[in-house]
Amino acid sequence: MKVKVLSRNPDDYVRETKLDIQRVPRNYDPSLHPFEVSREYTRALNATKLERVFAKPFLASLDGHRDGVNCMAKHTKSLSTLLSGSCDGEVKMWNLTKHDCVRTLQAHEGFVRGIVVRYCGTSFFTVGDDKTIKQWKMEAPGYGEAEEPLNTILGKTVFTGLDHHQKEAVFATCGQQVDIWDEQRSSPIRSFTWGVDSFSSVRFNPVETELLASCASDRSIVLYDMRESAPLKKVIMTMRSNTLCWNPMEAYHFTCANEDYNLYTYDMRNLDRPFMVHMDHVSAVLDVDYSPTGKEFVSASFDKTIRIFQKDGGHSREVYHTKRMQHVICVKWSADNKYILSGSDEMNIRLWKANAAEKLGVLAPREKQAINYNQKLKEKFQHHPQIRRITHHRHLPKNIYHQTKELRIMKEARKRKERNVRKHSRPGTVPVVSEKEKHVVTVVK
Amino acid sequence: MAKVSKAKMSKKVFKKSSEVTVNSTALKPEVVYDDDDDLKGADEEIISEEEDGEDERKRQHLLEAISALGGKRRKALGERSEAAVQMSEFMVNAEDESERVELSDLIQIIEKTSTVPAKTKKQLKNLQRSKTIECPLSKQESERIQRDVAFQKAATDISRWKSIISQNQRAEQLMFPLNQEPSGPKPMERVVTGWKAQTPLEQEIFALLSANKQPINDPILTPIEQASMRAMSLEEAKVRRAELQKARALQSYYEAQARREKKIKSKKFHKVQNKAKRKEFLKQFDEMVKTDPAAALEELNKMEVARMQERMSLKHQNSGKWAKSRAIMAKYNEGARKAMQQQLEVNKHLTQKLVTSLNGDDEEEEEAGDPELLPDFVNDAEQDLDSSNPWMRGRLSEDPTEEEANSDTVGLTTEQSGGMEYIAEEEEKVEETEDNVILREFDSRRKLRQALETDTAVEMSVDEEEEEESKAAAEDGYASDKEEERLCEFTNLFHEIVEGQSRVEGAGDAGRTDTSTQLEAEVIRIRTLGSVELLTQDNSATDKVHVESQKPLSTENLPSTTQKAGKSRKRKKKIQLKEVLTKETKVMKVLLAPTIEASEELEEKLDQRGLIKEAFAGDDVISEFLKDKRKQEDVGTSKILDLTLPGWGEWGGTGLKPSRSKRRRFRVKNAPPPPRKDQHLPSVIISEKRNSFISLHQVNSLPFPFENHTQFESTIRSPLGRTWNTERTVKKITKPKVVTQLGTIIEPMAQEELVKVKVSAGKNSCVDSLKIKY
Repeated sequence: MKVKVLSRNPDDYVRETKLDIQRVPRNYDPSLHPFEVSREYTRALNATKLERVFAKPFLASLDGHRDGVNCMAKHTKSLSTLLSGSCDGEVKMWNLTKHDCVRTLQAHEGFVRGIVVRYCGTSFFTVGDDKTIKQWKMEAPGYGEAEEPLNTILGKTVFTGLDHHQKEAVFATCGQQVDIWDEQRSSPIRSFTWGVDSFSSVRFNPVETELLASCASDRSIVLYDMRESAPLKKVIMTMRSNTLCWNPMEAYHFTCANEDYNLYTYDMRNLDRPFMVHMDHVSAVLDVDYSPTGKEFVSASFDKTIRIFQKDGGHSREVYHTKRMQHVICVKWSADNKYILSGSDEMNIRLWKANAAEKLGVLAPREKQAINYNQKLKEKFQHHPQIRRITHHRHLPKNIYHQTKELRIMKEARKRKERNVRKHSRPGTVPVVSEKEKHVVTVVK
Repeated sequence: MAKVSKAKMSKKVFKKSSEVTVNSTALKPEVVYDDDDDLKGADEEIISEEEDGEDERKRQHLLEAISALGGKRRKALGERSEAAVQMSEFMVNAEDESERVELSDLIQIIEKTSTVPAKTKKQLKNLQRSKTIECPLSKQESERIQRDVAFQKAATDISRWKSIISQNQRAEQLMFPLNQEPSGPKPMERVVTGWKAQTPLEQEIFALLSANKQPINDPILTPIEQASMRAMSLEEAKVRRAELQKARALQSYYEAQARREKKIKSKKFHKVQNKAKRKEFLKQFDEMVKTDPAAALEELNKMEVARMQERMSLKHQNSGKWAKSRAIMAKYNEGARKAMQQQLEVNKHLTQKLVTSLNGDDEEEEEAGDPELLPDFVNDAEQDLDSSNPWMRGRLSEDPTEEEANSDTVGLTTEQSGGMEYIAEEEEKVEETEDNVILREFDSRRKLRQALETDTAVEMSVDEEEEEESKAAAEDGYASDKEEERLCEFTNLFHEIVEGQSRVEGAGDAGRTDTSTQLEAEVIRIRTLGSVELLTQDNSATDKVHVESQKPLSTENLPSTTQKAGKSRKRKKKIQLKEVLTKETKVMKVLLAPTIEASEELEEKLDQRGLIKEAFAGDDVISEFLKDKRKQEDVGTSKILDLTLPGWGEWGGTGLKPSRSKRRRFRVKNAPPPPRKDQHLPSVIISEKRNSFISLHQVNSLPFPFENHTQFESTIRSPLGRTWNTERTVKKITKPKVVTQLGTIIEPMAQEELVKVKVSAGKNSCVDSLKIKY
């Protein structure tokens, strides 16, 4: 007679090693696990609080420059290398992992206005106030060799900005006009002018690589196509833009840092009104750089702070400042989307985390899971007032805090006045102008 | 263009305009005219010049000044100081305005001459007709147009990225860098490709290898191997493997099933199985006849062979050892009888002619006719089951009444056996009998009750009296519930009774229990519905009936009319009709009465309400408000809470209640709520539901992406954690939006991305177009 015995497969309940996690069968019956919303809310609240507790973005300061840092460049192939040019014409190369300077060279007399690394990462270009463009080798010269540029081009006027093409041996400079240079030639292959003015920056589009944009001192932003003989279009704003940056993942979007404390994101195809106005700075915005994912960008301002904005958010999600950081002149987002580098007036380059509360280094899978879960919880409950309050709370320096307040009051007052004017004038005579439209004077074809 | 030069003019006259060529465009007649005017003026001046000297010049100046004041712009006249170099090739020189040659003159000549081709003539004509070419745009304007065109081009060019950008925006998760290479070890070939032989030894080896057609760059694969690799890609191989796996799984599953079924010992099960299979096969065969006649013919042959074999063999002929033993038993045991019958049936089925079985309908008919083919003695034996020992009686006469009784008893046997396949067979038999409709009804009812009766049915074979009683008892309860609901059944019942079926209705049931005593006495009772109802009301009475069922029942406890079977059916039918009528009317009453009442009440209420509203419009509102307020207050007031838990400190269980002392101890009175805010405000209700502590944490307004509050609430309500969700779901829900790899450079989007999207979009559009087509 066959006897049937209850039997179980040991694989179902025995661990392979003692380090394995015990397999716990679970009953997901909702009646057994009540109060899910309130429990998750508490978790979300805790997660937000912990995020604020762990928010320590400042990582390191790289000092060594003997004058204010005027420009920086990321290495295109190596994450740990950074180049910076200062106001005394010195260029320094930094190793970010070791936090030290690996090479110093006197590149120009006067300011180093622009610095850019060639797409292959073997050499870099600098422009300075001495009207020269210099190409340097990335490697340090051998023992006994003099530090000399590979090429030097003498220009007629001062160059104020520089950018390199994404794939070809072509670079662009700006000064009194925008020039496109072939690396092999000593004269520009093309130069664009549109009215007499000086340009402050020029940038190649990293996606649609033949396009460029530049900021001019006549408060305009001009678009160019490298292949055409004339510029494409220009938009004139109420105040001057200092720099601009293209979104590396969205070909037709670029953001410009304006003197009127705001940043404007434009759709290249429609310059009549910016796609988004980013407000929060309390002084002129000097530099802007996109994160390599194209989701966010960082801006440096004269108000001694740097701010991180969502690409489609009107206000910043984060503000970084330290007591000793003066006017921030240049800022870069590292190519692995983890760090931010800022160069400021007081001769220091600072290294920040892009996500203030992020834990650096390799994470265990369970850590990762926990972080993901907490992130989602925060997202889910982000509209709840307490959570919102905690996430948005930032400590600001006194003057910035008060200036923000003041600006708000001014804005309110202006609004009120406009409202009153509208109220007391014939209907239709004082039209409502949206914030986006306010800052664009005209678009010149 | 004809250039007219004036050689005559002296230098003195027109010092200012030393040399002017008059562009008289013959194409433009108006302009020409103007020029002529000028020329005229000039001629006059020339004449006057000859007479005077200096004065004349001054006058000329004056005139010029005056004419300039007049606003009419005079064109300065041309003067040629030297002999004209660009003389007309036709040697035409116009001295005077009258001698000037115009294009029209030339054309006239051309028209006259026949040597000029028609094409040229036509061109000339066109030239005459057309106007002047517009002067080129200014530099600014032309540049502007150029810029505009260039911008349009760039804008359209860059719009290619739109799809991929919007796709990335919508994506649930983005992995950066975008063009990631698969992680893990690279294949050997890729590593080795960059490498070259350098040392002489290496070169020698490679020379040997290449001479023998051995692979150099990928050392793993020879050309043949590569070809085989190419023959089946990894994807295909995976798909194929999956298919094979599935097939294997299915096969093993079917094998297991077959094994399981083979193990089942129940003959009944196999019989049913076989029958089902046969039916299925026949169905398929029918289809096959239509679709694939050749195969059908083959099948037919096979079946024919099988039939022949069956006919030759003694299987299923009730001639075996087992069958003989059964035959002996058959007298006493009904199961044996049944089994034999089945044997024969199987035989019959197997030896049927196949031609007839081609049609499904025919088969059914034959099935219906099955019982006729049974051996007689089996049928006979069944007929007299009800008698005390029907086997001893032998063959009975074929009275109509008997037949009916027979059919009835058949019904009873089914109850005993309780096998599911038998039911079908017996149904067929029943259909055969005269009153098909009635008996079918009866059968269906019986089927319904079989579950209840199975127990009693088994016992029946042991003792008939016991069986009667138990059955009656079982049916009692059931019947008393259902009796009154089933009108049609009652009519049928009465029908049966009228036909002289011998049975006693023990309780108020449908009169299904048969007693042998009644049969013997040939007493047929017919009861009215009223009596039945009476009985159902009184259960004790029914018990009595059972006790007395052995004796011929007298009419004393039942007010029913007992009559002989020989009596005419007419009368009975009348009774039945009456019964039906009365029943129906009763039901109608039940249906109608409440609805009518309700409607009346409604109307009345409405009227009243309207009246009250009209009369006391103001009063009502106040009282309602007060009532409301009181209700609100009552909600807040303290209530007694019973916190007793059974089983703590004493015995617990069903039917046990906690002791009084315990109950008293754990009966808690709630603390009175704080005084209401509207305590002293008689005309105000201030809701106390709002909790300020909670409202701190509550969302005030609907957040942006949500369209209504239910949407928002539902998102909040669905939990994300692993406490409420399975591991996989949690992983899926908590996927981060952006994933980056540690220590890798994220390059800007490359043109290749665009190509990828285009390919996928092309596929999609293809699919879409297909969808549209169909």
